[in-house]
Amino acid sequence: MAETGTNATSKGDSITRAPTAFEKHGNTAFRLASYLFAWMTVLLVLYIAYTIARQAVPAMSKYGWGFVTGTKWDPNTKEFGVLPEIWGTLYSSLLALVLGTLFGVAVAVYLSEHYLGFLVFSVLKLFGVQFHPFWGKLPDRLEVLLKNLIELLAAIPSVVYGLWGIYFIIPLIRPLCQWFQVKLGWIPIFSTTLSGPGMLPAGIVLSVMIMPTIAAISLNSLLAVPPKLRQAAYGLGATRWETILGVILPTASKGIFGAVILAFGRALGETMALAMLIGNSNVISWSLFSPGNTLAALLANNFAEAGPGEIGVLMFAALILLGITLLVNVVGAFILDKASSGREGAKR
Amino acid sequence: MNETVFSAPVSPVGEPVRIDISQLEKSLRRPRSAFSFVLSVLVGLMTITALVPLFSVIFMLLVRGGKKLSMSALTELPPSAFELGGGFGNAIAGTVIMVGIAALISVPVGIIAAVFLAEVAPESRLAKVVRMCAKLMTDFPSILAGVFAYGAVVLITGGFSAAAGGIALSILMLPTVMLTAEEAIRMVPSKIREAALGMGATQVQTVWMVLLPTAFPGILTGIMLAVARAAGETAPLLFTALFSNYWLASDGKIDLMQPTASLAVLIYNFSAMPFENQVELAWAAALVLVLMVLTVNLTGQALSRNRTE
Repeated sequence: MAETGTNATSKGDSITRAPTAFEKHGNTAFRLASYLFAWMTVLLVLYIAYTIARQAVPAMSKYGWGFVTGTKWDPNTKEFGVLPEIWGTLYSSLLALVLGTLFGVAVAVYLSEHYLGFLVFSVLKLFGVQFHPFWGKLPDRLEVLLKNLIELLAAIPSVVYGLWGIYFIIPLIRPLCQWFQVKLGWIPIFSTTLSGPGMLPAGIVLSVMIMPTIAAISLNSLLAVPPKLRQAAYGLGATRWETILGVILPTASKGIFGAVILAFGRALGETMALAMLIGNSNVISWSLFSPGNTLAALLANNFAEAGPGEIGVLMFAALILLGITLLVNVVGAFILDKASSGREGAKR
Repeated sequence: MNETVFSAPVSPVGEPVRIDISQLEKSLRRPRSAFSFVLSVLVGLMTITALVPLFSVIFMLLVRGGKKLSMSALTELPPSAFELGGGFGNAIAGTVIMVGIAALISVPVGIIAAVFLAEVAPESRLAKVVRMCAKLMTDFPSILAGVFAYGAVVLITGGFSAAAGGIALSILMLPTVMLTAEEAIRMVPSKIREAALGMGATQVQTVWMVLLPTAFPGILTGIMLAVARAAGETAPLLFTALFSNYWLASDGKIDLMQPTASLAVLIYNFSAMPFENQVELAWAAALVLVLMVLTVNLTGQALSRNRTE
């Protein structure tokens, strides 16, 4: 390094000079610009909240709490209430969360236990090529491929999932739902027939969309569990699943819980797939097969054709959605933050 | 079963303890091992089930979308209710234009704000607030970006437009671009930065000539991921760009202030129509959209993989 330095200076003495006035001012200007752009980001968030709130204020003063508890949505009689939408938002998100967490955590455990790698390795061992320059890399490569495929699920646009839900999921689950309704109709969650769009198809598609999030974050927290804990459990004679259920999952539980909360926030705000699959009717029902509505779907379906009076009401609904998702996300981020700091403490 | 007598573990009384070796062997007949085995298989099956939607979506896109995909579908205008044929050429153009507008807004703002976060004042209180705001925006329901653009652009300019759609998308792109660019700039070894400063470069010279070129692959990855996400977004466009059955041009000039078609909104509109032709077109459009999104997404990921290796 020093030698190249002396070579460079020996070529000419113009290699070093004081910055010109232009460069100095340019530097100051750039620093100012960067401050400006940083402030702009903060102001943008405030401006977004302000714009929505300002539009919502007339409706807020007019309808007040009645808006949250009302169950009718009728632009003709100017009766507006979003209780069915709030119910549908929470119900569909929780349904998706149950399915998504189940599969997401299963995928995360499968990947963190390196099942696929061991499986491929033992197959390779049968052929005696487990240390071959090409075949030997196969277990690792396949695990990376599996991880990427799961992440690919998150890359597909939600409107495409909606389309897939209409033409694949609904025809697929309909006969099954009919059977449940006939045989177990006395249970509230099976009490109505699935006439097409409904809570269950919406929840299933939503769970597919949030599963990659849960799997990715859970995988990270499972991999961050100190190997010593696993070795200690094995050393005490625990089986693989006694170790997973008794040691690994409880240790990673905070991270997984944070992932679930973040996925919940995402599910609450998800729009298109639900607007296409949930049926858009103002119904409050326990039934999985009944159509419903969500706040985001309500906005998606009514905004473009809304008259001036309805816009304010829709902005109010948007504000409620903003409030719910903000709350859930802040709680989720807080839990994830706690989880990571707690683990750092355990390592030391 | 052969029993082996070990002398090593000695009971307090001093007699050798008899250990049945067969009892210690792993056997699926024992409930504990069987339980473990069953759960392992279950988790494997669930992982396979979790991948079924991916392959099912891809299969249906190829079968139902591929059937309709042709040159005319890619270049013609959308058909009206009972019309046969037609295509979604204007929707492809609209998507590209609106994502382009969004990128033009969010990339410069995002990168310069990222320079601020990583370089100018990384530990300042403002930087912490900016980071928090960016994270909030990442988790923002995308439809709220549309609601905002409606209130801030559509109501003021007096109509649905490509510009409003682009602004709505830029809000969704900004946090991704900013946070990945910050990460990429931070990944630049501090030796390189210190060498530049030691040579007498000003901060702006260090940023433009050393840091940004070195961090470029990482920044590009962030931009491409953001573009891939924005191209697939429907909700922010529904009531900002609306939809249009015509090309985004009047008198040979591109007019950004009129309603604009996009692939995503076309899929949404056509999916619920009772006409077979429109539904087929929706599938073909979905295939095109997914190909676009996945190409950009995978290219972006490949870039970052090359960088880390």
